[in-house]
Amino acid sequence: MTLAGLPRRGIALLALLLAALVAAPYLVNDYLLTVLIIILYFAYAGQAWNIMMGFAGQLSLGHAIYVGLGAYTAAALYVHFGIGPWIGLLVAVPVAMACGAIIGFLAFRFGVAGVYFAILTIAFAEFARIGFDHIGYTGGSAGFFLPVAQYTQNDLWNLRGKPIMFYYVMLAFTAAAFLLCQYLLRSRMGYFWLAIREDEEAARALGIDTFRYKMFAVVISAGMTAVAGVFFAFYYNNLFPEQVFHISRSIELILAPIIGGIGTLFGPILGAFVLTGLSEVVTELMHAFGFDWPGAKQVFYGVCLLIVVVALPDGIWPWLARRLRLERS
Amino acid sequence: MSAFLSIAGVSKRFRGLVAVDRVSCEVTKGEIFAVIGPNGAGKTTLFNMIAGALKPDEGEIAFGSERIDGLRPDEVCRRGIARTFQIVRPFPALTVEDNVMVGALLRTSDATRARETAHEVLRRLDLFDKRQREAKSLTLPDRKRLEVARALATSPQLLLLDEVMAGLRPTETDRMVAILRELNAQGLTILLIEHVMRAVMALANRVLVLHHGAQIALGTPAEVTREPAVIESYLGAEAI
Repeated sequence: MTLAGLPRRGIALLALLLAALVAAPYLVNDYLLTVLIIILYFAYAGQAWNIMMGFAGQLSLGHAIYVGLGAYTAAALYVHFGIGPWIGLLVAVPVAMACGAIIGFLAFRFGVAGVYFAILTIAFAEFARIGFDHIGYTGGSAGFFLPVAQYTQNDLWNLRGKPIMFYYVMLAFTAAAFLLCQYLLRSRMGYFWLAIREDEEAARALGIDTFRYKMFAVVISAGMTAVAGVFFAFYYNNLFPEQVFHISRSIELILAPIIGGIGTLFGPILGAFVLTGLSEVVTELMHAFGFDWPGAKQVFYGVCLLIVVVALPDGIWPWLARRLRLERS
Repeated sequence: MSAFLSIAGVSKRFRGLVAVDRVSCEVTKGEIFAVIGPNGAGKTTLFNMIAGALKPDEGEIAFGSERIDGLRPDEVCRRGIARTFQIVRPFPALTVEDNVMVGALLRTSDATRARETAHEVLRRLDLFDKRQREAKSLTLPDRKRLEVARALATSPQLLLLDEVMAGLRPTETDRMVAILRELNAQGLTILLIEHVMRAVMALANRVLVLHHGAQIALGTPAEVTREPAVIESYLGAEAI
């Protein structure tokens, strides 16, 4: 996989991609800019999920809970106390981390693994969905709204402004997540995660405290995902438990890394571009031809997933990297 | 001669079956100690109790001055006892080098130093040229060697080997014997479970023979192979 550093060509490619992304807002129209924001959002969240599944081998199907907790925490602080999102992050991230620690502790201490672990993560996300439906403080099932106005200026401190500001914020998050994951993967913890993913008993026999390292994976992944949640709240300005915590949100979030390549650094980014990019194209085409089929996007996601699982079970990136000779074969 | 690993009256039962029955022995620092016996004699169960994978029902296991029975496998490993698995368990998607690095990272958090250690160990086990291969692409003899390499990378004082010769051709067995001898000469204590008598006779300083969980002989290879009980229960079929 991608333990070794990238060769020079890979770094050049990365620099090119980054330059293109930095320049993008000046080259594309408003509509494409919002598409790019969504792509980066999924690239970022996918990267966070990938730490748990791709690195440590723990399948979470309930990551919407961390998005939701991050979103609701920061939104509540902003609406009720006027505390901005950056300070909000300092609260939202620990809240999600604590939640991840609880789920992780229950699962790993009591030997809940594999499919059962995945079900446990779904259960927690569902608890949260139903729970938030009944919390009046954050609007309950009627939704929670951030004040919205027509902004002429970008207020970065309060994350109020035009799409271009959100775009750069998300780009910064995505780049930071990439660098963090790169660092983690090449650290001692990264090696231990991969060992646990490959064979937990053999990992234990080599002196690895697997409980401890699996806990690190959940907590780091949860904290990173909460950052996406804070962004979500301030970008969309409305939160409904039925949407934020819904299982389809959790699934949506894991598609990019699965399609791009689980356990790789580029997988989540590539997957997000392919998936969101193609689905927008499909939507546009259907629009142009006058079709209006609800659920077409989901069907499209399903087809993409099918093709990748059958043709490229490791994801697109490992195949592409071999093609471009960016990784050792 | 000081007791390095001491096993005192250790028993393990699985429901009604007594897998290991009050076994006591001491492994001395610097020796190669073999445990032999027919299938189902309790060798692997004893092995797993030392390695922390199983907890004894009775008795004590001590390493140096510390009791280690009941510790988790990772805790046992951190105290300087590394093991291999009878059915090899490489990390399949990782390269040979990364497999061994995982072991080396137990003693250092610096990846560069861990890689150096890994290279050293890989050279010793004739795997250096295959270090960039994925572990799943290796042949069985290479996987067996990788299993030993990974355990060695944790810098153990005591190496537990569970049938590392099984499935190897005679020339490969001789090579493995030579490697283990060399490691032993450099001060590593080895406890091995083995079916291949050729290897046991060539390697072991002392041999413990188990039968139905109980120890029936303990001594040098020459001594135990003369024991009537051993010939009857274990060597008999092979000798004829």
